Amino acid sequence: MPEENTPEEMEVTVESNEAPGATQAPKAPPTKVNARDVNVYYADNHALKDITIEIPENRVTSFIGPSGCGKSSFLRCINRMNDTIDICRVEGKIEIDSADIYDRSIDVVQLRAKVGMVFQKPNPFPKSIYDNIAYGPRIHGMVAGKTDTDELVEASLKRAGLWEEVKDRLAQPGTSLSGGQQQRLCIARAIAVSPQVILMDEPCSALDPIATARIEELIDELRQNFTIVIVTHSMQQAARVSQKTAFFHLGELVEQGNTELIFTNPVDKRTQDYITGRFG
Amino acid sequence: MTDTPANDVAARAEDRSAALVRKRYRAERRFRMYGLAAIMAALGMLTVLLFSIVSSGLPAFTTTQVALNLTFDAGDIDPDGSTDPAKLASGNYRGALLKSLRAEFPGAETRKGRRDAINMISNEVTFVMRDMVLADPSIIGTTQRVWVKSSADIDQLAKGSIDRALPESDRRVNNRQLGWFEKLEREDRVKTTFNTTFFTTADSREPEQAGILGAVVGSALTLLITLLLSFPVGVMSAVYLEEFAPKNRWTDVIEVNINNLAAVPSIVFGLLGLAVFLNFFALPRSAPVVGGMVLALMTLPTIIIASRAALKAVPPSIREAALGMGASRLQTVTHHVLPLAMPGILTGTIIGMAQALGETAPLLMIGMVAFIVDIPQGFTDPATVLPVQVFLWADAPERAFVERTSAAIMVLLTFLIMMNLFAVLLRKKFERRW
Repeated sequence: MPEENTPEEMEVTVESNEAPGATQAPKAPPTKVNARDVNVYYADNHALKDITIEIPENRVTSFIGPSGCGKSSFLRCINRMNDTIDICRVEGKIEIDSADIYDRSIDVVQLRAKVGMVFQKPNPFPKSIYDNIAYGPRIHGMVAGKTDTDELVEASLKRAGLWEEVKDRLAQPGTSLSGGQQQRLCIARAIAVSPQVILMDEPCSALDPIATARIEELIDELRQNFTIVIVTHSMQQAARVSQKTAFFHLGELVEQGNTELIFTNPVDKRTQDYITGRFG
Repeated sequence: MTDTPANDVAARAEDRSAALVRKRYRAERRFRMYGLAAIMAALGMLTVLLFSIVSSGLPAFTTTQVALNLTFDAGDIDPDGSTDPAKLASGNYRGALLKSLRAEFPGAETRKGRRDAINMISNEVTFVMRDMVLADPSIIGTTQRVWVKSSADIDQLAKGSIDRALPESDRRVNNRQLGWFEKLEREDRVKTTFNTTFFTTADSREPEQAGILGAVVGSALTLLITLLLSFPVGVMSAVYLEEFAPKNRWTDVIEVNINNLAAVPSIVFGLLGLAVFLNFFALPRSAPVVGGMVLALMTLPTIIIASRAALKAVPPSIREAALGMGASRLQTVTHHVLPLAMPGILTGTIIGMAQALGETAPLLMIGMVAFIVDIPQGFTDPATVLPVQVFLWADAPERAFVERTSAAIMVLLTFLIMMNLFAVLLRKKFERRW
């Protein structure tokens, strides 16, 4: 399945670095995650209503919307993190590569190895930087022996752009890093198990603008190898990093489409009000 | 200017607010005084308690010895002159001792005088003599000056707990004994030494031979059983309830019941142990294994509650991180949550153990209150524990047991303080911030 669409990949990269102009991609990328009529209930509260969305492969898709609109809930449906909440019930169908992830035959542990997640607040394990990265590959049996692990740790930290900063102190606890570094550590940890999709739940909301810029660059680089879904409160961030945007409001998916189109020419009145700051 | 009603109102408002501020300050000062007074009262009571225990218990750590000229009479000890150890061991040491005492104390020839003389020294002296002979048979027939332990009454006399000015009828030591003792004192044949017996023997009818070691070993064996039973069961229950169990009516019921169990009077657990472990399962009476099981029942709620609190204190973000990495629930718990909660769990366990160490009532019900002179060698040997030993000695009429009671309390408190200190250190060392 992986990267057979390199030429297009190049083009998209160029496109996102340039000012939004010639936006019409020549051919739509394949769909990685396909959600059909997803409904989420927390006990009696109907949190998400009939969400249908296709998330394209090797693109950044951003979910925007006011607080409590259900965008994080939907994100957590994609790797079944909602399973851990007793009162939560998910209906509908979510397919990754055409396989229904809520099917009985799907092992949730393997699903989460395939769909990584980065959380709002950086949450490194209170272990060493090295062990933070090595943990995932170890439990999934992806490494054998020390040299193997060392290589993977180095590669993951390099891909997350953290290697130069931490290579001399891998034995120090991950919690000793700064907030931005911690979040990049969490991203490195997520990509260490080679997921296909990375879910990011407001990854920059606890960070300063410089650390945020660093993460955004990183997201843009990672897009070449991973399908990324990001929830954000910052519309600028959505505009900067994503190619596709979905606007959620009160549990409904109001509008979705090409990021430039959503921000320049929204169809729905509510989208327009939200992105122009009239409510939110 | 102040005539206008508006100004008037403003001035009055200012007065009122100034008064309020003063009132607030006064209230705050008063409140602090109350707090300080409460602390002082608590500290004062604690000081009185500790002082009374220590001052009455300290003398128990010393003991009085007197130097006697003991004649190892060959006729009594080794009438055949065989020097065969088996025969020597069964010699008439009491006869030899009595002869020595007659020589030592004038007036010990009469029946009553002999009893007074015997009561001057501990009745372990005959055994001391036997051991000396067995170690070196060549002393048979000689007279040796030996420091021997005085009886508890003479010990009390030496420590000044018995008033020599009292009339003879009110004194535990009669005039003849007092005369002998004062003679020994004049000849510098009385000394005070550290009471090693107290730390090396088990209980005894004779205060000068009674020790705490039997109770300490009994407590250790009992607590070991308690720990082995209650720690794994308690931690597993807490992990299941906190990490795996669905939150529904059943788990609510279980939670309420566990909290209630923690408040059940401990004697009820003792009755349960009596009915179930002794009467139904016919386990041995007075044994540490049963005591440990009863105390484990009693400690379980404490450990479960403390462990659940420790598990709750692990931030959910750690669980999310692990689950998000594709760790299973079991891996999340064993790799991340449990290690992080362990200091809290251990602290709770130690506190629970300290509680169990100080528990008396349930052990009375299962017969650990027996008078036991042997140091227990195993989990099924009859044993007693420290607080029960305190209880037993507090009941004893001899004056010498009063100070031993306080000394036993001091030993018990030392163990408790050490355990609590260990819990505090553990918490300090492994305290984590997220």
